[in-house]
Amino acid sequence: MIGPGRVRLARGEGPWPWLAAGSVALSLLLLVGLLTLLAVRGMGHFWPSPLTLVTLEDGRQLAGQAVREERLPDSAGRERLYLTANRDLEGDIWTWVAVAEIAEESRPRDLVVLERTRWGSFQGRLLALESDEGRVEGEAAWAALETRLETLATLRAERDRLRDEVVMPLVRRLERDSGAEAELAHANARIRELQARISGGMLLLESVDGRRIEQPLEQVLRAWRPNAMSPPQKLAAWASGVWRFLSEGPRAANTAGGVWPAIFGTVLMVLLMSVVVTPFGVLAAIYLNEVAHQGRLTRLVRIAVRNLAGVPSIVYGVFGLGVFVYGIGGSLDEWFFTDQLPSPTFGTGGLLWASLTLALLTLPVVIVATEEGLARVPDHQREGALALGATRVEMLTRVVLPMTAPAMLTGVILAVARAAGEVAPLMLVGVAKLAPQVPVDGEFPFLHLERKFMHLGYHIYDVAFHGGDVEAALPLVYATALLLVLVILVLNLTAIFLRHHLRARHGALPRR
Amino acid sequence: MSVVSSPRLAAGNSIIDFDPASCCLEIEGLTLAYGGSPALRELTLRVPRQRVTAFIGPSGCGKSTLLRALNRLHDLNDEVRLSGSIRLEGQDIHGPEVEVAELRRRVGMVFQAPNPFPMSIYDNVAFGLRLQGGIRKRQLDDIVEWALESAALWDEVKDRLKSSAWALSGGQQQRLVIARTLAVRPEVLLLDEPASALDPISTLKIEELIRNLKSQLTLVLVTHNMQQAARVSDYTAFLQEGELVEYGTTDTLFTNPRLARTENYITGRMA
Repeated sequence: MIGPGRVRLARGEGPWPWLAAGSVALSLLLLVGLLTLLAVRGMGHFWPSPLTLVTLEDGRQLAGQAVREERLPDSAGRERLYLTANRDLEGDIWTWVAVAEIAEESRPRDLVVLERTRWGSFQGRLLALESDEGRVEGEAAWAALETRLETLATLRAERDRLRDEVVMPLVRRLERDSGAEAELAHANARIRELQARISGGMLLLESVDGRRIEQPLEQVLRAWRPNAMSPPQKLAAWASGVWRFLSEGPRAANTAGGVWPAIFGTVLMVLLMSVVVTPFGVLAAIYLNEVAHQGRLTRLVRIAVRNLAGVPSIVYGVFGLGVFVYGIGGSLDEWFFTDQLPSPTFGTGGLLWASLTLALLTLPVVIVATEEGLARVPDHQREGALALGATRVEMLTRVVLPMTAPAMLTGVILAVARAAGEVAPLMLVGVAKLAPQVPVDGEFPFLHLERKFMHLGYHIYDVAFHGGDVEAALPLVYATALLLVLVILVLNLTAIFLRHHLRARHGALPRR
Repeated sequence: MSVVSSPRLAAGNSIIDFDPASCCLEIEGLTLAYGGSPALRELTLRVPRQRVTAFIGPSGCGKSTLLRALNRLHDLNDEVRLSGSIRLEGQDIHGPEVEVAELRRRVGMVFQAPNPFPMSIYDNVAFGLRLQGGIRKRQLDDIVEWALESAALWDEVKDRLKSSAWALSGGQQQRLVIARTLAVRPEVLLLDEPASALDPISTLKIEELIRNLKSQLTLVLVTHNMQQAARVSDYTAFLQEGELVEYGTTDTLFTNPRLARTENYITGRMA
């Protein structure tokens, strides 16, 4: 419906409609382009790409995954980058090869890739597997390796479960009081037994240029032969790779493994922030719009609130560090955690302080959105309630606030969108490079507000700039960035769904 | 516009001398100002019980202001200054022992634009009762039905009590608002141009409703429409520039006004 004041541009009115439509199209294109880039580069990382055996003109051989090609300066041809792995043999995992020097390329099906806990991946051939049961060679070695890796995965999972869920809580209990020593000793013995079953076994490996290494089987996490995999197998491998990325903690200084603690930390912090900011913002907006005398002072406060939204986030970080962490946190430590001083409990960055800092940062957004919602409730609705004998509080809670609820949620949506992407203030008030233990566990008080936490945004920054190898970090950066966008999207969609539900129940406010 | 010079009325002149026992509202020397200039000056008027009294007058004459003073809706505006007294059944409504919410329950009000709350029809009617609390579901059902029947709306909505009030037509919404007000059993019903936003048929229904309701309570009607005042009211007060010009039975005022100012207005010789 076209109402007065909302006349649309029609055809035949010159370039204006095209200009307007063009800018919309451009924005959409940029958005789609951004998401596509993140999705392709990030998610492509988990696809088992083929391993090429390259024979050079001079007879040297190497096995690698082609990453990209670059033109050499002064038209000397092209150069191709291969991911050749084998850091323990080469000292580097990348090899540049001039395309002109390549004599032959092939994809032998027996080339294996091993993901290891030390030295990164290995690419080459599997010669033999030695274990207590003897030595197997050739094709039989591959079959034996696959079986052995499955057993190892089960054993490792059991060991990690014991350590995280039995031993760690016991250790923490022992720090306070004794009595669980026997239990702990039993659990530790079980872990040692598992460890013994995990260790043992050796792989004899050979790189394509003929160098042999002995690889302790204990350090091998996964093995696959990319050239021998069928597309469904690759898809399954891709899916399990994505799943591990989502569900596991990081390894090797954040350059490998997953981002689960970061996802968890981001979502938990945003939820805590919303829980804090919503009541405060709504109450402040009610005061400004419904209670305060609408004079010069109120106007001044309103302008100040609106301007607060424009203060750079790092400033809030500094404020949070000074007031929350050192001020309030320091005092809390002195009053309640004296036995642990000088090591701080609340007097250092943590989940609570980060949430509070971000709540402060997003407070103006919630106030402004709620105020706009309140202003849109027609006066005759208020008078109608009063005329029925409602007090001002009853009028607010029964008529005005239900009608304003969608506007409040709009405020929360904007706040969540802003807070989930903030990184700068978090660096000052509680984010950690590595905090594999999520701040929620089975131990009292279950939600550990004083713990440091990981955050997707900071994880991106850390992986991109603090890892040694940018080339290797890049796909992880893309994948994490995509994940951050998706997390924010999910949080927002939840709020939008809720708002839609409320609108349907309480009726939409008139447009202003 | 013809300028009519008329003697300034003494307050006593404009009162119909109702027996105080049959008076519901007594307004005496009421002066009300928004910020600087007074919107009502030294107004004195008595409203009889179980009758329809209409306030007429040109835009800005203060008739709506007067109406809103009767249930203290002006309390919301800090800039309003008020002097004089208003008594409801002999009790000063600004008295210290009067609770404003209770006063507004006793003096209900229906506004120009229908303003049902964004809830179901049932919840709208039950709103005022639920505020008082302590009413059982069965009792609530009965009162809601009675109120909707009193407002001549029951037959139209009895099958969709749980659907949104905003889905009703304008006329139905206004009758719903009347039902909502009746449900708390007010003694006085203030109607601020209740039919000015409605079509002719809905207007007729509202007028009929007003005539029927006077057996139960006292009605005060503000209207722009003089035919409407003539059709539904028993007494009419003509206000101009914040002053009461003439007050009498509707018949006398419309057929035989005492003052030329009144006659000019009702015959349309004045803007």
